[in-house]
Amino acid sequence: MNPTAEQTARSVNWQSKEMAARRKARYAAETRLKIYGLAAISVALGFLAFLLISLTYTGHKAFIQTEVVIELDLSASGVDQSKIMEADWRGIVRTALLQEVGDIPRSEQRQFFGLFTDQAAYIVRDEVIADPSKLLGRQEFTVPMSDPADQFAKGEISRETPESQRRMSDRQIAYFDAMVEKGSITQPFNWALFFSPDSRYPELAGLAGAIAGSFWTLLVCLVISLPAGIAAAIYLEEFAPKNRFTDLIAVNINNLAAVPSIIFGLLGLAVFLGWFGLPRSAPLVGGLVLSLMTLPTLIITTRNSLKSVPSSIREAALGIGASKHEAIFHHILPLAMPAIMTGTIISLARALGETAPLLLIGMNAFITSEPGGVMDAATALPTQIYIWADSPERGFVARTSAAILVLLGFLIVMNGIAIYLRQRFERRW
Amino acid sequence: MNMMSESAVEKALDQKMTEVDYKMIGQDVSVYYGEKRALFDVNLNVRKNTVTALIGPSGCGKSTFLRCLNRMNDTIDGCRVTGKITLDGGDIYDPSIDVVELRARVGMVFQKPNPFPKSIYENIAYGPRIHGLARSKADLDQVVESSLLKAGLWNEVKDRLQESGTGLSGGQQQRLCIARAVAVSPEVILMDEPCSALDPIATAKVEELIHELRANFTIVIVTHSMQQAARVSQRTAMFHLGLLVEENDTDKMFTNPDDQRTQDYIMGRFG
Repeated sequence: MNPTAEQTARSVNWQSKEMAARRKARYAAETRLKIYGLAAISVALGFLAFLLISLTYTGHKAFIQTEVVIELDLSASGVDQSKIMEADWRGIVRTALLQEVGDIPRSEQRQFFGLFTDQAAYIVRDEVIADPSKLLGRQEFTVPMSDPADQFAKGEISRETPESQRRMSDRQIAYFDAMVEKGSITQPFNWALFFSPDSRYPELAGLAGAIAGSFWTLLVCLVISLPAGIAAAIYLEEFAPKNRFTDLIAVNINNLAAVPSIIFGLLGLAVFLGWFGLPRSAPLVGGLVLSLMTLPTLIITTRNSLKSVPSSIREAALGIGASKHEAIFHHILPLAMPAIMTGTIISLARALGETAPLLLIGMNAFITSEPGGVMDAATALPTQIYIWADSPERGFVARTSAAILVLLGFLIVMNGIAIYLRQRFERRW
Repeated sequence: MNMMSESAVEKALDQKMTEVDYKMIGQDVSVYYGEKRALFDVNLNVRKNTVTALIGPSGCGKSTFLRCLNRMNDTIDGCRVTGKITLDGGDIYDPSIDVVELRARVGMVFQKPNPFPKSIYENIAYGPRIHGLARSKADLDQVVESSLLKAGLWNEVKDRLQESGTGLSGGQQQRLCIARAVAVSPEVILMDEPCSALDPIATAKVEELIHELRANFTIVIVTHSMQQAARVSQRTAMFHLGLLVEENDTDKMFTNPDDQRTQDYIMGRFG
């Protein structure tokens, strides 16, 4: 007893009140969903904004550095031009400084010198080495101020705080004010943050070593994981027989992608440092460990991008007598390449931010020189942040935030390149 | 009675034909996809310089048989072929056979136009280049031009050979794919529903092209359209549920088939 077409057509009254109410309820569900979505996005954006604003707020002051221009007359010091390195620069610079300010009671000299960076003498020495004519007559030298003076200049240390509770004594503030009056204090952009290696003194510490270390580490990671990852993915996707064994391999690769990165660090510690005896803190080891970590994700993304190339292209190539290898390398791989590149860059960006495995292989050491290659001891950007965040000096608080901003900058650039590649080479079939 | 004797004569003639007149011979061809059997002991011969149409309802195994002829089924996991298929007397499933050579000799045009996302020129030149069929750039240009001429596409694309093949219309893309197959100078061209994605005008052009190609190539075409089979083919084979129901001259097939099932299918009673 099926109803006839006429009966079914007439049995629905689309204009009825019940139908209207039903439609209204369906629309309401849609509206609610939209609101949930908007709320979720607002919360996410809010957290992101909070992160960026607080980082910028604490970090922006690290991008400028208080410096003081001092005039020194080194002609009296009797430094031999051929033996500049051997001279007692600490003494020479102190004497010259005292000459400039006139008589200071011996008890206050220490406070006065505390306004300049501890390394001021060597900065002057290096300037003299660069230009020996500075030994003659009165010359201007620019040296960074010490961390407390820098913080005072940036308003982090307040005059109102009782003297016993601040790191600038009243005397030091008086000297500082005098220098401000003389106009010898400047606050230029802190290029040292990018071009100096790490230092115990916050006013001198920079990220150059960490940036170079991260660069070498990522280079090793790329050189190892890209060819290995693509080759493994091509084999698994195109050549491997589909049986239990290859299934097992695929499942294990997927599982490896979910292994916490610190495990890879332990593996690197045991294998690369323990067995192979590679040097500690070396970007080579860091890169090896990070490539272990990125390989599974890279293999998975590459397999997916190979899979997403329509099989009609493969058939077209095979149909005119291309061999399997020609079909893959002439047609499938080029079409999958943009997606593979995007995946690679995003994996590398993740590797750039990876800290835990690097801690285990000693890339959190205190290293004051830039690494010249993959075997030199180095830190990486995230481990440098870790070290600075651990340092007690006030100046490192701002520098930690600044370093995070620099790291975020690199990540944004890398992801930007990935997005560009995706948009530029995206193909439609 | 007359009908019977006619078909008997036909069969006798068929047996008299020497193997030389057949380009490809299929003997007891069965195909399994994993556990599922898709073809049951098909015996079908393909005559030289003839268009053979394979017809039948969806899922009857006609495309499966077509893809056996150039071992395209090898790319499908779990696909197994038994029986014997020969090309000019040589078993194409023999382990010593080179699949690359086979596919160069037995070209294929697919259901959906699938030009490479490269220039029109590169689409045609790719095959000759990997097989080393052209000695120089001029040679290659010659091959590209003659292939496009054979596919009736030359006049439409001669001024934009460097433009992407995927930018052409559907019908042009399919003729480009035919030109690409022709460029390798195959002996047999397999076509798997080449017009199913095309409009009637493009279809007419492709059918006309099939007529012309017959002079130089042996063509096997799978089609859903009975009219198309009647228009383009000289021989027609009807498949049903993995069985070869009937193979006959096209004229006879559409006017006076031997098998009741063929009659029913052609009359539109199933399928």
